[in-house]
Amino acid sequence: MSQIPSRLALVVALVLAAAACSNGDDGTTTTTAAAAATTTTTAAVAETTTTTTAAEPFRIAIVAPSASNDLAFSQSIVEGVNAIKEERPNIEVAITDGTFVVEDAAAAIRDYASQGYDLVIAHGSQYGGSLQEIAPDFPDVSFAWGTAADTFGLPNVFSYEAASDEGGYVLGVMGAALSESGIIGIIGPIEVGDAKLYVDGYKAGAEAQSPGITVNVNYTGSFSDVALASEAAQAQAAAGADVMTGTAQMVVGAIGVAQEQGIAWFGTQANQASLAPEVVVASQVYHWEVVLRDILDQIAAGTAGGELYEINLANGGEVIEFNDGYELPDDVRQLADDTIAGIIDGSIKTGA
Amino acid sequence: MSKFFAEAVLIATVASGIRLAVPLLVASLGETFGQRSGVLNLGVDGIMLLGAFSGYYAVLQSGNVWLGLLAGIGVGIALGLASAVISVSLLAEQGISGIGVYLFGLGMSDLLFQRLVGTPRPIKSFPKLDIPGLSDIPWVGRMLFRHSVIVYLAFVAIPFSMWVINRTTFGMKIRAVGENPEAADSVGVSVAGVRYATVTIGGTLAGVAGAALAIDLGIFQQNLTNAAGFIAIALVYFGAWRPLGVMAGALLYGFVNSLVLQFKTLGIIPRSWSDIAAMSPAVITILALVLVARRFRQPAALTKPFLRGE
Repeated sequence: MSQIPSRLALVVALVLAAAACSNGDDGTTTTTAAAAATTTTTAAVAETTTTTTAAEPFRIAIVAPSASNDLAFSQSIVEGVNAIKEERPNIEVAITDGTFVVEDAAAAIRDYASQGYDLVIAHGSQYGGSLQEIAPDFPDVSFAWGTAADTFGLPNVFSYEAASDEGGYVLGVMGAALSESGIIGIIGPIEVGDAKLYVDGYKAGAEAQSPGITVNVNYTGSFSDVALASEAAQAQAAAGADVMTGTAQMVVGAIGVAQEQGIAWFGTQANQASLAPEVVVASQVYHWEVVLRDILDQIAAGTAGGELYEINLANGGEVIEFNDGYELPDDVRQLADDTIAGIIDGSIKTGA
Repeated sequence: MSKFFAEAVLIATVASGIRLAVPLLVASLGETFGQRSGVLNLGVDGIMLLGAFSGYYAVLQSGNVWLGLLAGIGVGIALGLASAVISVSLLAEQGISGIGVYLFGLGMSDLLFQRLVGTPRPIKSFPKLDIPGLSDIPWVGRMLFRHSVIVYLAFVAIPFSMWVINRTTFGMKIRAVGENPEAADSVGVSVAGVRYATVTIGGTLAGVAGAALAIDLGIFQQNLTNAAGFIAIALVYFGAWRPLGVMAGALLYGFVNSLVLQFKTLGIIPRSWSDIAAMSPAVITILALVLVARRFRQPAALTKPFLRGE
């Protein structure tokens, strides 16, 4: 009798394993960690589906905490790597996304490293501790960790971060110029890293544009709780906000509320106009390929790590994308362009 | 603090607490049926996730929210039956088998989402229904009677569940099977039959809870429920296996959450306390659980598989 459950468990495990190993298109292997959670090792079996070529391909692996098309953090790195893949020949990419459990991410990072990937990207500040343990075991593999500004003094770790306060500042200036109620609502996840920088930058920009404006900041305490983000947006609306922004993947819930109530929304990390075409004013979009180019050049030149990188408005790693569907007054657009120019030439400081 | 007592803010806080409570309430009610008959289903969150995805996908394809709700019901019935097979027929260890169902739902909902949808796209939400007469009452009307249809349905389900459990023959069988399956069996009650029914009811309501969550939010994302299914299971204990108690627990959790959100928005809770405050709904619910639920006895046969003649 006791064998029945264990046999059943085996069947469930097999189904999950089958679900976990799913090949993406164009030679990209995507492993969704949620599905792989029960298969003891994160089954990142990167089966090579590309055609055999004369030269060894350069193999890049990405480990990211949310879905690779989350319209936010994880999507930004996947798009960056895909852009590099377009530019340069003979690059192979494997992705393990959805590793919101750090132990799963660590297993995937170690897996890729032991398979001899040339560059393993650990895309999440929370993976730092794991990377610090794993990287010394694989001196021939380069690792890139972000968003962070620390290579742990290890020769094979690059780190990268986004000066998200810069784009945040520009969007904040626009938000303050658009707000009629004089109240802006910001929805953040947890007050750390990239999210904190963006929120601080946005607030500074809004206050610089309209001194005395009220900026209500609400960190919900979760990167993933969509329902809570939605209710946080309701709370902001009740407090009188007519302009809102937010960062991290759970904001899809908040954007829905903005759309429903006709509240102007500013996006970050990816272009969020598709979620609410009528109210998204502009988004700060990350182009990680700017730093990835440098990292790949370094590796080709024989440097495996040790450098810190940043994307910002000046180096083109951050771009403000305006939503054509939103009728932005010309003077606000001009204000945005002037602010971008001011940050690039150093005459405007974000204060973050 | 004075900002909090503004009309718009108070109304929004209460309405928000109710919205946050509804998915938990529906899932908890379903789980109550299973547990009253002696079956603990830890897979609620997985069923909610698959219900959420199927509901979302059906609305995305058809534009009809009721088809979405039906899809959630369908998936809930299927997974409820599967859970019943595992825990009733195969006599699985209930503390473990539900986790398998959860992981299956978590992984499968995300996989299907990635394959069939990819980038999140917004969908239509449930229509709002202003209850004629009641919705015009100052303050209270806007707090309680201007919600989406699914909210009213959830609250109507409470007295209905009480009636089924306490007043019908089926309810009597559920209670008997949960307290003393051997005795129930000896008087001709089919223990397996009753448990199949209750676990399937539980699965169905979990599927509905998930679909309601996704359709009300108008979006789907990986792990959309964020472990709401596990909170729902805790609320069954909190509510001492009674629908009214479950409702009280769900509302407490929802209101603490909405209060914390509102306080943070208005700066009443300082930013430095933000992360600690975010934990308070769970902490308060657990404390209340410890204080309240100890006075009640759980169904005697809870988590114990029943094998005839043993």
